[in-house]
Amino acid sequence: MKILTCPLNGPRPVSEFFYWGEVRPMPNPNLASDDEWADYVFNRNGAPGVKKEWWCHTPSNTWFIAERDTEKDVVLKTYFYQGEE
Amino acid sequence: MPWRLLRFALNKKHPEPRMFTFHEKLKPSYDVVIIGAGGHGLAAAYYLAKEHGVTNVCVLEKGYIGGGNTGRNTTIIRSNYLTPEGVQFYDESVKLWQDLSTDFDLNLFYANRGHFTLAHTDSALRTMRWRAEVNKHYGVNSEVVGPEVVKEAAPMIDLSCAGHAPILGALYHAPGSVARHDAVAWGYGRGADQRGVEIHQQTEVLGIDVQAGKVKGVKTSRGYISTGKVLCAVAGSTPRILKMVDVKTPIYIHPLQAMVSEPIKPWLDPILVSGSLHVYISQSARGELVMGASLDPYELHGTRSTLDFVEGLSTHMLEMFPFLSGVKVMRQWAGMADMTPDFAPVMGKTPVEGFYLDSGWGTWGFKATPVCGKTMAHTLVNDTPHPLITGFSMDRFRNYALTGEKGAASVGH
Ligand SMILES: Cc1cc2nc3c(=O)[nH]c(=O)nc-3n(C[C@H](O)[C@H](O)[C@H](O)COP(=O)(O)OP(=O)(O)OC[C@H]3O[C@@H](n4cnc5c(N)ncnc54)[C@H](O)[C@@H]3O)c2cc1C
Repeated sequence: MKILTCPLNGPRPVSEFFYWGEVRPMPNPNLASDDEWADYVFNRNGAPGVKKEWWCHTPSNTWFIAERDTEKDVVLKTYFYQGEE
Repeated sequence: MPWRLLRFALNKKHPEPRMFTFHEKLKPSYDVVIIGAGGHGLAAAYYLAKEHGVTNVCVLEKGYIGGGNTGRNTTIIRSNYLTPEGVQFYDESVKLWQDLSTDFDLNLFYANRGHFTLAHTDSALRTMRWRAEVNKHYGVNSEVVGPEVVKEAAPMIDLSCAGHAPILGALYHAPGSVARHDAVAWGYGRGADQRGVEIHQQTEVLGIDVQAGKVKGVKTSRGYISTGKVLCAVAGSTPRILKMVDVKTPIYIHPLQAMVSEPIKPWLDPILVSGSLHVYISQSARGELVMGASLDPYELHGTRSTLDFVEGLSTHMLEMFPFLSGVKVMRQWAGMADMTPDFAPVMGKTPVEGFYLDSGWGTWGFKATPVCGKTMAHTLVNDTPHPLITGFSMDRFRNYALTGEKGAASVGH
């Protein structure tokens, strides 16, 4: 079983977590053109690599960020969101 | 071994006939380069040669023929989708499937079994009525049936599903079928090979040479090839190739797993799918139960399989078929599914001139193999999308005109 480390609850089985995709900065909806907005809504960085991702520990509803290699499935670190970086 | 047989085997005059020609070298240039020798890439090569006389074509495969999702899928073929675009497209595919064994002179074990999508809730039943009506409108054989029809077709089923997910009815699709997946790739590959197409296995595409917005050539692990047209048909590797040409799409990769049981006496004729229980099941000609569940819950570019999957799937399987509790699981595996937000493919032209895409096939692309080959061959030759695929162009996202093919869903196949 795969173990993920929640910054609040420590190591827990991955089945307790929910994955919410890559962390992506949202463009300002009032300033973005239609194309920029569509790009934000639909397009994804689908290629493998080390990505910052949103994860949630569902029993405690703890949202946090995991840095994960999406080809090797290795989690490099997990931490709380610190605001836009 | 009898001596005479051995002498025959060693005799150079009677070499073992090979299915594919081995080509020592790549040519310096081709009219068309196809990336990926899965069913889709090989079918496109086949129709390019057969229907358009374009034979200066090579198919590049980093592994072996059919070793991608083609050889990993659970082979369900059907056309009872939800949107008009989807229904017409898949219906054309089902028609092509029916003649393929004869076309190839190769037995694809195409077996028409009938396909039930089970409804456990009122809302599921409502969607099925909707689907049945769309299907009928386009002449696709599809109807909503009651639980008694399910029981008659699969007498071993527990209609109450262990008491907590009773089956209220089902969408029945009589043309639903299964076929031998590798044979499909081999049949298309051999047909293309016989018509002069070169298939190069163990040849990986490492880069695509784009100059002033136009394709000029392809860098491979065995050298450079110049070409003006590239078809990308690599399923789970699509985002990697798109990165080479700097084209953005919504495609994301999650693994999809499957497993088979030990062979048992034939007892299940139809194909059964339950979206609510995340189970689909059919029995192969060899007697194995071929089973799948839903998509893995997070992005991964690999084909590892997990115990969680087997446990989850088996639990639900036993709710439907308690008598299977003593049956052993033989093998499990995974493929990389190229998913899209509207469960419809991304096909046709791209912003890069000469770069064509056949992708976004996720968990549902095996059934589309013939029609994809045919429509992509047409698209490459005419440089305009075939009428059946205009609804699947990548522009639909920019235009907020998604297809909404919920008939596919992760488990629907
Ligand atoms: C477990 C599972 C079950 C499924 N069940 C069904 C089903 O029941 N019904 C259905 O309709 N669909 C199903 N699907 C989906 C279906 O398998 C795929 O959509 C379909 O097979 C895709 O075929 P393809 O030829 O496009 O890709 P593939 O068969 O994956 O072929 C792509 C090829 O490209 C090669 N390649 C990748 N990168 C490179 C490179 N850089 N250079 C050279 N070659 C490269 C790969 O090695 C591969 O052989 C399932 C998928 C999975 C994983």
